[in-house]
Order: sequence, then C-alpha cells, then structure tokens
Amino acid sequence: MAKDNKKGIFEYSAAPESTGHISIKEQYDLFINNQWVKPQQGKYFDSINPSNENKLASVARANDKDVDKAVKAARKAFPTWAKLPAKERGKYLYRIARIIQEKSREFAVIESMDGGKPIRESRDVDIPLAAAHFFYLGGWADKLEYAFPGQNVEPLGVAGQIIPWNFPLLMAAWKLAPALACGNTVVLKPAETTSLTALKLAEVIQEAELPEGVVNIVTGEGDTGAALVNHPDVNKIAFTGSTDVGKLIQRSIAGTGKKATLELGGKAANIIFEDAAINQAVEGIINGIYFNQGHVCCAGSRLFVQESVVDEVILKLKQRMGNLVLGDPLDKNTDIGAINSKGQLQTIKKYLEIGKKDGLEMFQPKLTIPKKGFWCAPTLFTGAAQSHQIVQEEIFGPVLAVQTFRTIEEVIQKANNTPYGLSAGVWTDKGSKIFNLTSKMRAGVVWANTYNKFDPTSPFGGYKESGYGREGGVHGLEAYLKLS
Amino acid sequence: MGRLKVLKTYKLYIGGAFPRTESGRYYQPKAEDEKPMANMCLASRKDFRNSVVAARKAVAGWSGRTAYNRSQILYRIAEMLENNRAHFEEELILQGSSKEEATAEVDASIDRWVYYAGWCDKYTQIFGSVNPVASSHFNFSTLEAMGVVAGICPEDHALLGPTSILAPIIASGNTAIVVASKSRPLSSISLAEVLNNSDVPGGVINILTGDAQELLPHIGAHMDVNAVWYLGNDAAAWKQLQVDAAGNLKRISDINSDKGLMDAGWETPYVLKAFTEVKTTWHPIEVIGASGSGY
Amino acid sequence: MDKHKFLELPKSPPVDQVGVGDRINRVQSRSIKKSTKMEGLEMVLSMIDLTTLEGQDTVNKVRQLCAKAKRLHEPYPDLPAVAAVCVYPSMVAVAKKELKNTGINVASVATAFPSGQTLLDIKLDDVRFAVDSGADEIDMVISRGKFLQGEYNYVFDEIAAVKEACNKARLKVILETGEIGNLDSIRKASDIAIYAGADFIKTSTGKIGKAATLPVTCVMLEAIRDYYFKTGTQVGMKPAGGISNAKLALQYLVLVKETLGDAWLDKQWFRFGASSLANDVLKQIAKQKSGSYQSGDYFSID
Repeated sequence: MAKDNKKGIFEYSAAPESTGHISIKEQYDLFINNQWVKPQQGKYFDSINPSNENKLASVARANDKDVDKAVKAARKAFPTWAKLPAKERGKYLYRIARIIQEKSREFAVIESMDGGKPIRESRDVDIPLAAAHFFYLGGWADKLEYAFPGQNVEPLGVAGQIIPWNFPLLMAAWKLAPALACGNTVVLKPAETTSLTALKLAEVIQEAELPEGVVNIVTGEGDTGAALVNHPDVNKIAFTGSTDVGKLIQRSIAGTGKKATLELGGKAANIIFEDAAINQAVEGIINGIYFNQGHVCCAGSRLFVQESVVDEVILKLKQRMGNLVLGDPLDKNTDIGAINSKGQLQTIKKYLEIGKKDGLEMFQPKLTIPKKGFWCAPTLFTGAAQSHQIVQEEIFGPVLAVQTFRTIEEVIQKANNTPYGLSAGVWTDKGSKIFNLTSKMRAGVVWANTYNKFDPTSPFGGYKESGYGREGGVHGLEAYLKLS
Repeated sequence: MGRLKVLKTYKLYIGGAFPRTESGRYYQPKAEDEKPMANMCLASRKDFRNSVVAARKAVAGWSGRTAYNRSQILYRIAEMLENNRAHFEEELILQGSSKEEATAEVDASIDRWVYYAGWCDKYTQIFGSVNPVASSHFNFSTLEAMGVVAGICPEDHALLGPTSILAPIIASGNTAIVVASKSRPLSSISLAEVLNNSDVPGGVINILTGDAQELLPHIGAHMDVNAVWYLGNDAAAWKQLQVDAAGNLKRISDINSDKGLMDAGWETPYVLKAFTEVKTTWHPIEVIGASGSGY
Repeated sequence: MDKHKFLELPKSPPVDQVGVGDRINRVQSRSIKKSTKMEGLEMVLSMIDLTTLEGQDTVNKVRQLCAKAKRLHEPYPDLPAVAAVCVYPSMVAVAKKELKNTGINVASVATAFPSGQTLLDIKLDDVRFAVDSGADEIDMVISRGKFLQGEYNYVFDEIAAVKEACNKARLKVILETGEIGNLDSIRKASDIAIYAGADFIKTSTGKIGKAATLPVTCVMLEAIRDYYFKTGTQVGMKPAGGISNAKLALQYLVLVKETLGDAWLDKQWFRFGASSLANDVLKQIAKQKSGSYQSGDYFSID
C-alpha cells in the first residue's frame, strides 16, 4: 500500500500441515447398527478434494431400502436408549467428545481435504467446537427436567438428520449431540461432497461403544435425504440447508405429525456506523464474509456503511483483502481455501457476472489462483442497492455487497428488507444504539461489535425464511423433546 | 304491547374499527331453538387481507410498549369483561350454554386475561438465558414477538375461545387476527367491543366472523403472516395449512389443541412461548486487569 | 514539525479490545517457515536497538555493548548489524566513538527518562545535550501524569518542543503504554504523538512490568496507518521491552506487514527495543543453518 513498495518482502513460504498419521479408507459403506453395511444396490460415488480434484474415497450411495434398514435399526435401539439412565447416556457423549479431541488433528486434516476449508479454520473452529458440543450436551442428558419448568419431557423417537457441506463435522455434532442427549436415536445423512468426517465420526462412535443402532449414518445425494424425510417411521426431521429444500421438506411431512426443525439460508446485514471501532469492524467484516469462503448461512453478505465513513471503510477493506492468502487448504497460512464443489463455484461465478452486468463495481485483490481445483478470489461489490440481485439472493460464496446508508431508521428498514432472518451484525461504540439496533433486527442471532462467533451454549437459528427451531444452548433441547 | 327490544348489530373488528365485511355477505348462526341469533358478517379473504395490513401496522408500536404497559392493558381487559359479565353470560346462554356453564366460562375468560397479564413481564425471565460462551463475550438469549399471528378459534366456548388465543399471543407483543367460532360467533364481537374500550391500540387485535375453512387457505398462503395457531379439529385442514405455510415458512402450531379450554392445565406460559422467537445477542467483554496478563 | 503543524488533531476512533485480540490471534496463527523465517530473522536483527539503560551503566559496559553490536556472532560475519545502540545521554559520546563508521546509529533516551517528571526546560536541555553529544535518535517519554490529568495540549506541545530541540535527530516518542490505561488511551496518545511530530512512536521504557505487547502494537500501527492514509506520510514504530524471543519478533513482523505493508519492513520504520532478543534470533539462525538446537554457551553476552 505504501510508496516504493518493494515486491516480495517477507512473503510467507508454504507451511502445509502434514497428511501423515491420518487414515482414510478407500471405500466407505453405510454405518448401520455399528457395522459397515454394503449399500443394497452396490453403488458408490467419489468424494474428491476440491482443491486439486483428486479422489479421496468411494462412498456408498444409499437408496430407500438402505434408509429403511437404518431407520429400523434406530427404531429397534430407541426403547433401550431412551430408558438408559440419563447419566449413562450423558457419559457416552462425554466419551465421544474426548475421542474427537484426541483425534482432532486427523479430523481437521480430513475436513480440509474433503471440504476445501483452510486448516486454520478446521483446526481452530470446526473440530474444537464439534467436541465442545458433545461435551456441553453430555451434561444436559440427566438435567433435562430443569430446562423446561413445569413440563414433563420425553424423547421423540427416531430423528432423521440431514446436514450440509459447509461445516460437515460441526453440523453432525450440532445434530447428533442434542438428539442423543435427549434420548432419541438417529439416522444421519451427511452432504454428498463432504461425507468423510461423518464416517470418521462413525469410527469414533464404535470406539465409544455406543449401543448399536443409536446412531446410523447413510451417505448419498438428495434422493437419500428424501427417502429419510419420507420414511413413515421417522419422528423428527432436522435439516440444515437451502430454504428451497426446507420448504420442500415441510410440504412433504405435512400431516404426518413429524416434528421438524429447519436451519436455512440467510442474507445477513452487517451494519457499520461512523462511531464504530472501524479498524476492528473491518476485521469483523472480513471474518463475517470470507470465513469458510463465504459458505456460511449466517455470512454478513450485505454490508451497510454509514455514508460519512464509506471511503475509509472500503479503503481498509481492500487493504485487508490484499493480505488474505488464497490457496492450499492444508497450508497453515491459508485464509481462503477451495470452493466446496464445481457446482457451487459455477453458482458463485454466475452471481459475479450478474453483479458486473448490473453495473456494480467489482474488486478482487491480486491473487494467484491455482490451476487445478475450484477457487474464487474474495470479492467486493460497491455501489450496491437493495434492488440488486446479488443483494437479494444468497450466494454462499466470498462475495460482499456494499451499500451506504444515512440514518438509523433507514438502515433498520433496509437490514430487515429480506425474506431471511438468520443473523445480523452491528458495529457502533454507543451502547444505547447497540441495544436499539440488536432488538430491531429481525434475526435469530445478532452480533454486536463482533461477527461469526459460535458456541455450544449459544442458541442458533433463524426468523422468517431462515427456518425455525434453535440449535445449541438450552433452547436447542426443545427440538428433540416432547413436552407435556 | 311491550317495548320493542333494540337488537345488536354484529360487525367485524379490524384496525380498531367495526366495519361490515367488504363482501356484503352474511350468515345466520342458529340458536338452540333454530332461530337465527343474528346476521353475522361472513368475512372474505379481503377482510382477512385488511386485517393483516392493520395488524402489521400495529406490530412496531405494540411490541415496543413496555412489558409492564402491556400487562396493564391485558388486566384492563379483564376488568372490562368483569364489568360486562352479565351481557356475556346472557349471550353465551343464547349460544347454547347453560346458566352454570355461562358463568363458569365468563369466570374462566376473565381469569385467563389476568393470568396472561401477569406473564407479560415475566416470560422472558423464565425462558431467556445468559449463555456462558467460552470466549470473551456477553451472550444472552431472549424471546421476541413473531409479528402478525393468526388464530382459528375452536367451535366451542364462544368467549373463552378467542380469549385463550388472544391473551397469550398479544402478551408477548404480537398482533393478532382471530377467526371466531362459526356456530358461536357472538361473544367474539362483543369481546371486540370490550377490547375497543380497554386501551388496546387499534390493529393489535382483529376479529373476523365467518367460515374458517374458507379463510384458512388464504391465511396459510398469506406472505405477511408470521404464524398461525390452529385450534380446530379438521385433520385435512391442518395438513393443508402445513403445506400452505411453507410458502414463507410461517410458524404454525396446534399447541394445546389436545386440551379442553376449561382444563386446569390449559394455562401455561408455553403457549405464549410458542409464538415468540429466540434471539441471541453477542457483544465483546473487554478483559483488562485480569491477573498479570496485561492486555 | 512543519508538515504536521497545520493538521488538526482528529478525534481518535474507539478501539475494541476483544476485536484487537481476534486480529492478533490471526497474526499469531501465521506459520513462518523456511526461507521466510531466515529472511525474517535477519530482518529482526537489522531492526534491533540494542539497549542498556541501567543506573549501573559504566563506560566499559557501553563499550562492551557496542562490541556486541558490531559483531553479533563471529561465525556469521554476513549477518546484518543492529540498527542502533540505545543508551542514556551521559553515554552517548562513548557509544558514538565506538560505533564510528559502522552505520550503527546511537540512540539516546532523554526528557528525564523514564518517568518524565521534571520541567520542560530541563527536558529540552537533556535532549540538546544528547544531540550535541552525537545522538542520531532521541527516545523521549511523554508526560503520563499530564496525559492522565487530561492535559492533552500540554503533552502535544511538549512533544512538538522536543521535536524542535532534536534538530536533525529522529524523534521516538515513548507512550509508556503500561501506564496510560486501556487501548483507547493508547490510541489517543499515539495520535497526539504523531500529530505533534514524532518520527517514531514507541511503546515502553522497559522500566515497568507492562511492556510491549502485540495488541498494543496493533493499535499503534493502526494510528500510523490512519495517519498515512490521511497524509501520505510514514511514521515509524518501536515496540520495546518484553520481546525476548525470535518467534514473537517474527509475529511482530507479520503484524507490521499486514497492517502497514512491506514499506515499513525496514529499520528506517520499524525497530525492536530489546536487550536479549538478538541472541535468541542468532540461535534460531544457527538452528536453521545447522539443523541442531543451540546452547547459550556459543553466543556472546555483552
């Protein structure tokens, strides 16, 4: 940024995390009754590393008969699991938490290989938080009656859980831990591009000696998920994914009495006022949109900057973006890893074209994009308005659209001017303004002077078309219990 | 010949006013003796639409009131009901209740308003939490109103039905639209008259009479309704509502549909909770002066 | 101070301490390996102000320190020399003589270091004496008492006066961040120092428990960046005290690179005030070259 900026001073050398000491099988079958079971039709699909398109493993493709087998296993296991002394149930969760911690490095490396996320994130966020979720929920198992004063609590039965590809192991933990703590049994379906850490978790479940059938894992694509949703003996559907699929699920289970929780899309407003700690806000904006390549449902993808500071904020954003390292997800210095799949990259590129066509100004820092694999440079669009398509639709990529605003009233209206309501961010140094803004945001999670923080004790979930139900905290338990 | 009684006209209650249905339609619910009780408005989907507009407009103001103030207004409703109990008892008897039943239902209705008046400034204390996150942040979860909530009254209990739906819905700051019992609609509109004299701002409560089955598809599909509470007993309608609600993922609930309105266990704060959203807020906590760590 | 004179001191922006901490976590997670590490270690050596500031300093002690400055490690004669030797005013002439024709600067603390608790005239005399004795650089302390009393104009004017007294010597302004409170105050003091004419801003005297930290340095670098964005003028940064190992020093370089850019990765704009850092860096260099972990017995102490 400075004058006479000599190129190439103190450039970070490659610092790849070793892939030794990890084990990935060549082929993964379905995990039913604590056994590896061949899929009925004998079909498998490839799981690839999105950073170099190399095949990592073959993964079984479950059809409706396989799903039925898994649901039957879960059903059979349910009465015993539900009646197990709650303390003992909790201890299984603690065991799982500890084993994940012990194998955290292996999990982190596989997560980054399979999904493309930087090892810094899988190592420092995904895996520790996954373990923390099991640890937190393990403690709830024998204390559930304190969570709902005046109510009797009972497990629901068999939970069908469908998880996304953006935080594979963490989402598995968010789903499994509360379901198990509350006494349910589970059939879990990982996302097709990122099944491997869930299958490694199956090995943890075996190692923890969880009773057979309590957790079953069926891999596959959308039809596998649909078979799970439509299975008549499933009592509960928990889904994290797109709003379109969420609506489809609600329609397909209508009238069945199945309970559902949906954690869907988002298009969060991140609002920065002129009195904010701007330097920290810039860092928060960067973390809000470029964390996990923007593959985050709560990503702060709509930035609202008060007009009086817009030049400063954009200048600083661009400078900070210039420091982001894009490349090998296993490199410890990587900030921006690979886009999760070819399909997702095409979606993101489509939006970049739309943004340009709509006349917005696009900025990307100068970066070397690797030849193989799926990549998208961090992107900033300025001159955006609520009417632009890239502002209205969830892109699920590293793309930030910047709008300016003049007054508090205006920005509250515009921030809420979306069918989504998962999260929001507010940056100001003034306490009373913070509480005004956070209470006016129609969103389930509001970060004030911070962004993209997660914790097992903190409920997560949306308003409006971002879905319903909460995961995490005491409020997350309700999704897996019948109260009476 | 004695004095000719002046009959009451029953209209809709929308946005703090008592309009006739825009459709001009009416129907005649029959009393026990098969005589028409009144010419009731047969509300149309446009009446419902107008109600949503009124209810939406009222959300910001009502949810922005202090909990204490909402509590006082709910209690005021109870006071006004008590004051008018003779009329309500008479009307319930007309709609088929015995004298004893009418008295009991009015008692229960008044007490239900008092019960939820009491919850207005307490439920967030019961259901909210401060969450001990493992980082230097203050993190709390509280409950917020969803916005516009529609309710379908059960057919029985002409007064206790709308009371039981309205009280918990508005206690948290939602605004409401209820569709009255088709066969016993009189008390709903009389209740509206009480509400209109009870400091409830216009638009916070809207009451329609007519055919819930006719309105339900429009309620389910309306994109500006945040939630629907179904206390009817038509499985097909309930299923269709779940399908229609997927359009904007409005929240739908049949909480307490398995309980009688007069049951002792009906009153819980969980019905109130069912029409709130959990919001979680994070803020950094500065760490200075911790033992020897400097900054 | 000419170029600063007409700039109004702006209201300092607030600083969020937890946000700064998040940023520092990112900086510390950078993995500095292989050629980058070697490059960084040599750069650290070139940026060190080798320091002795003791009541017990003697002529011979200062001479010994200068000997170390000139030949950091005999087996590696190609290593860069340190940037400067930092001493009390009374020792400037000694150091100047020892370092003649070496390219190593002599820096002197002044202005009633370390407390700064005396009159302005005495401080100015202190500065002039050091400059007249040959100091290339003056490390002054701000009046923390006045700062904490809210007398910001006094602090500003005092720095401006010292800058004038420095003549051609470059002025480093020590904020003594451990004494002036939280990060907001540190930001404010940084702005005052920069706008009053500091060539460098410096964290600490090294005489109290709380010395330089990455978060404090981050905030000071942000002040330098904001000034640069506004004026196009570079100001230097010197964290001092508490930086005694190579790994931490490399993290400072990452912070500088990512906050200010490569132009600041030069002894002209960045310094470490340290006495024991050099030997740890030398050990790391030896480790990189030989592959073996090192013992202190093989590295000279002066």
